[in-house]
Amino acid sequence: MYNGGKIIAGLIIFIGLFTFPVFYNMGKTSTMPEAKLDTPAIKELPEAERKCVESKEYMRANHMQLLDSWRDQVIREGNLEYESTGGKKYIMSLQNTCMHCHSNKKEFCDKCHNYANVKPYCWTCHISPKENET
Amino acid sequence: MSVNRRKFLKIAGASALIGLTGTITIEELLKSNAEASVTPGPDALTAKRWGMVIDVNKIKTKEDYEKIIHACHSIHNVPDIGNTKDEVKWIWEEEYENTFPGVSDEFIPDGIKHKPFLALCNHCANPPCVRVCPTKATFKRPDGIVAMDYHRCIGCRFCMAACPFGARSFNWRDPRPFIKEENKEFPTRMKGVVEKCTFCSERLARGLQPACVEKSNGALVFGDLDNPNSDVRKALSANYAIRRKPEIGTAPSVYYIIGGNEHA
Repeated sequence: MYNGGKIIAGLIIFIGLFTFPVFYNMGKTSTMPEAKLDTPAIKELPEAERKCVESKEYMRANHMQLLDSWRDQVIREGNLEYESTGGKKYIMSLQNTCMHCHSNKKEFCDKCHNYANVKPYCWTCHISPKENET
Repeated sequence: MSVNRRKFLKIAGASALIGLTGTITIEELLKSNAEASVTPGPDALTAKRWGMVIDVNKIKTKEDYEKIIHACHSIHNVPDIGNTKDEVKWIWEEEYENTFPGVSDEFIPDGIKHKPFLALCNHCANPPCVRVCPTKATFKRPDGIVAMDYHRCIGCRFCMAACPFGARSFNWRDPRPFIKEENKEFPTRMKGVVEKCTFCSERLARGLQPACVEKSNGALVFGDLDNPNSDVRKALSANYAIRRKPEIGTAPSVYYIIGGNEHA
């Protein structure tokens, strides 16, 4: 092999650089963000009613499908009310219903979305709630 | 190991059976949260075919027009960009000549000829914009409203080319900076989508009349064209009304009473 030494040295350097992030982060645990639920609207609710339209686990896993079906129901089917599994009725609206309670978009939506590197473009049209910068 | 015909068929049959039952189980598992139900809501106004009648003579002053247009544009976050190229409009003033081309006769009263007419989406029974939309972002609802799903609009503007009434506007730029006061209960649109009047479907769902009708002092009447006892049908049977460009066959749902009397 011509220039074998250089090639092998180069390869070792390349692999070192390439795998650097893996070794650098080894052993460190990155904490999963926790969506904050301490908005004024939620605090006002009595303890027993302090829950989302569906269970926490369901919302965490399926909120995107739920929102998707809400959109189709409202725009295409002309439905407005959603009766949850618990029998409670809600108006299907991201901007008015969801964000009424979850008025902390930065601490609620963005935190996990940034962590998971997903970029939903809800807010190019839907108006996000004004947040207190404190 | 060689596989003969009989053995092959056995294996194929067994795997088909497993496959079929497998999909059924998976579907059953996915259904777990299908308990929730959706309904139109208790106050929703319904109709077979929504329509509007505009009594042209009842809109007189400049303030009357402005009030109606402002009512619509302010609650729907329609931007005021300030030049005609980028203009976005849901309801607007149009000259007689452009509102009713083809019936521009030689000697018509000056009061009609130079009067602004309110123009808006006609929510045609046979909407050409719906036919051309490649993504079904524009569609006709069962109640006759030609609605839009802005999530699906790709901004191809075929619908704008298809609409014979110029009722659609394209967002050439981000509309947000041009909205003076945002209505926080209604979304805006984004750059690159087409928008138009929705007959206030979001207000009908909550039992309210369209915003323009509410602010028109009876000049605009809204109701079910399919119901002979509705306000619109009463106004239409008491007065002679015309529609925009009926000859092209889109069957608009917006009627104009030109020489209206007081019974409308």
